[in-house]
Amino acid sequence: MGLEAKLNQDGFITTTVDAIVSWARKSSVWPMPMGISCCAIEMIAAADPKYDIARFGSEVMRFTPRQCDLMIVAGTVTYKMAQVVRRIYDQMPEPKWVIAMGACTSSGGMYRSYSVVQGIDQFLPVDVYTAGCPPRPENLLNALMTIQEKISKTRARDFQDIIPQNLELSNAK
Amino acid sequence: MDKIKKVYSDEKIYKKLLEDNNITIEDALENEMVINMGPQHPATHGVLRLVLRLDGETVLKVVPELGYLHRGYEKMAENMSFIEFIPHTDRLDYTATLCNNVAYVLAVEKLAGIEAPPRAQWIRMIVAELARIAAHMIAIGTFAMDVGAVTMVMWTFRERERIQEIFDRVAGARFTTSYTRLGGVASDIDDEAIKMIKHFLDTFEPGLKDMDDLMLHNRIFIERLEGIGVLSKEDAIAFGVTGPNLRASGVEYDVRKAKPYLFYDQVDFNIPTYKEGDSLARYFLRGDEVRESVKILYQCLEKIPAGEVLANDPKKVLPHKTEIYTKMEELIHDFMIINHGINPPVGDSFFSVENPKGELGFYIVSNGTGQPWRMKIRSPSFCNLQVLPKICQGAMVSDVIAIIGSLDPVMGEADK
Amino acid sequence: MDAKELITNKVKENFSDSIVEITDFRNDLSIVILPNKILELAKFLKENDELSFLMCKDVTAIDWATRKKRFTVVYHIYSFKLNFNLRIKANLEEEPYRIETVTSIWPSANWYERETYDMFGIEFLNHPDLRRMYMPEGFEYHPLRKDFPLLGIPDSLPLPQKPE
Repeated sequence: MGLEAKLNQDGFITTTVDAIVSWARKSSVWPMPMGISCCAIEMIAAADPKYDIARFGSEVMRFTPRQCDLMIVAGTVTYKMAQVVRRIYDQMPEPKWVIAMGACTSSGGMYRSYSVVQGIDQFLPVDVYTAGCPPRPENLLNALMTIQEKISKTRARDFQDIIPQNLELSNAK
Repeated sequence: MDKIKKVYSDEKIYKKLLEDNNITIEDALENEMVINMGPQHPATHGVLRLVLRLDGETVLKVVPELGYLHRGYEKMAENMSFIEFIPHTDRLDYTATLCNNVAYVLAVEKLAGIEAPPRAQWIRMIVAELARIAAHMIAIGTFAMDVGAVTMVMWTFRERERIQEIFDRVAGARFTTSYTRLGGVASDIDDEAIKMIKHFLDTFEPGLKDMDDLMLHNRIFIERLEGIGVLSKEDAIAFGVTGPNLRASGVEYDVRKAKPYLFYDQVDFNIPTYKEGDSLARYFLRGDEVRESVKILYQCLEKIPAGEVLANDPKKVLPHKTEIYTKMEELIHDFMIINHGINPPVGDSFFSVENPKGELGFYIVSNGTGQPWRMKIRSPSFCNLQVLPKICQGAMVSDVIAIIGSLDPVMGEADK
Repeated sequence: MDAKELITNKVKENFSDSIVEITDFRNDLSIVILPNKILELAKFLKENDELSFLMCKDVTAIDWATRKKRFTVVYHIYSFKLNFNLRIKANLEEEPYRIETVTSIWPSANWYERETYDMFGIEFLNHPDLRRMYMPEGFEYHPLRKDFPLLGIPDSLPLPQKPE
């Protein structure tokens, strides 16, 4: 994506190339299921024959972060687990998006206690928040469609020269 | 950065891992490796961290680490009333949510001395057995997926979706229902729901037969699991293992028969038991338990009487919403119960039920106010995981995954 | 005679000077005993042929906050022979809060005692592996004590930084 990204214009060729690339990206979003607790069961239910996430192109739920572009954080994130989630997020290659599934990830949910992070946006940049405890699978599919809309509006030059930030954090510990 | 390294340090785990009290290594080449099967892993059934010490491919020692999902349930329970805690019990064993609701409500009713009417007890039995079938479906499906048979997850989830449609109709939510209340259940089940349950039970057997035909004659599956992770009878009792894992090792202990609650002494069912104690026995046992649950459900649907679903004990049981809006007495009692609590007598009590994973027990200490002074949740998965280091010794790395799948832990209740 | 009387008589015979009280509330029998005799009582209950309490279901503690004997350690044990759940309690009085471990008698008490140590700070003497269970190793407080606030102490658990 080198040349098009460096042409900072909106001419005919660049917008067509942008449209094709973003169509390809949004039709095959490979999710990385960070399934921690109860929402993970509803995420698996979104992949079962009734609510079929495969028709959106997301059938391959790879559990390795190197091959994914969407991280679905499903479940309560505690302070101990936050280090792990952040490490996995850093290992995903650009471009990447994050869905905060459920009430626990959006704002701490029903757990107002000493060990639960009150919302994962305290340490991760979140793109779509989903409400519910747990959200119904249709709700998760709606969040996926919102991400697809967001992807369809991106341009190639948004992703030029991405240098991963915070390299020291990934190599820590 | 230094603060992070200091707080989340691993030295004690590695010290425990590398202590050598009963390991002998003959090979002088010293090809030992320490591998981290981290909290994020496709096959650890949640956020369980295992640090393995390997000699080539053989496991010498396993040190599990818990606490990645510790949400502070027991501390929160001391700050909220008994009724407010009911939605939290859903999230304990999140595969069989209604069983936990029933367990908690029975424990508080024992402490406070409330008696629910018969129809409510039969309804609780019906939903608990349906939740048991749903939980075993997840257990069987994900276990088979871990050892390689990916189709099973799709088939068992298809059956589970039918059960969740029934819960949708009965309780209003498909998954985390919070259906039971102190003194009964939240709402009555209607004839349409009973027809749905009957239809589900009548058409469930062909699906089970399909799954059996796929797995039970599959040589790879059987050879992968036979003789792996053998748990002897004495070890199972000494380590406090309960539930299907205990029954697969030869001990016939089921809380529904030992200390019957609800109306389990009026229905007729067997307790399947196997002697071998390996992973294959645990897999077969869960399939047998599903069939026993179907038998219990048929009997419950015949025996359920007509009647009301909430007890008539105004000082302790919340009246129904329609009456609060129209009558004066009920409004006053509702106000008193919500603001001042149900005030059980001073003392403590322990009550346990048979969950799909084992024996779930609640130990509640009350000091006379509306909030418990101490609530301890005796969760079965926490106790079952204790036996993991012992039965994984000498196995291969891929067997560790099969063993975890057969023990079937759920980290929501192991970490509380 | 039934299980409750059998247990009460046998325990009273052998430990008459160490028992503080025996109560029966909501059909549950509980025995309160002095903390230095807990290991002997556990051994007796397990090895006696008529009682044979083989399984330890739970070990936990209660923090009474304002009483002189601040903590009570509670054990729940079960006998297959008598089909009976028994509760044993021991009151701990002053700092440091210590009690002997029962891991040598019931191996399942290993993790339960680690959890009690993590949550309350009660040390179990001669425990094979006393480290924290749920909270990270470097955490300095004991969460279930009554003087620890529900929302935690700020900055006791660090978070990673948000990327820009």
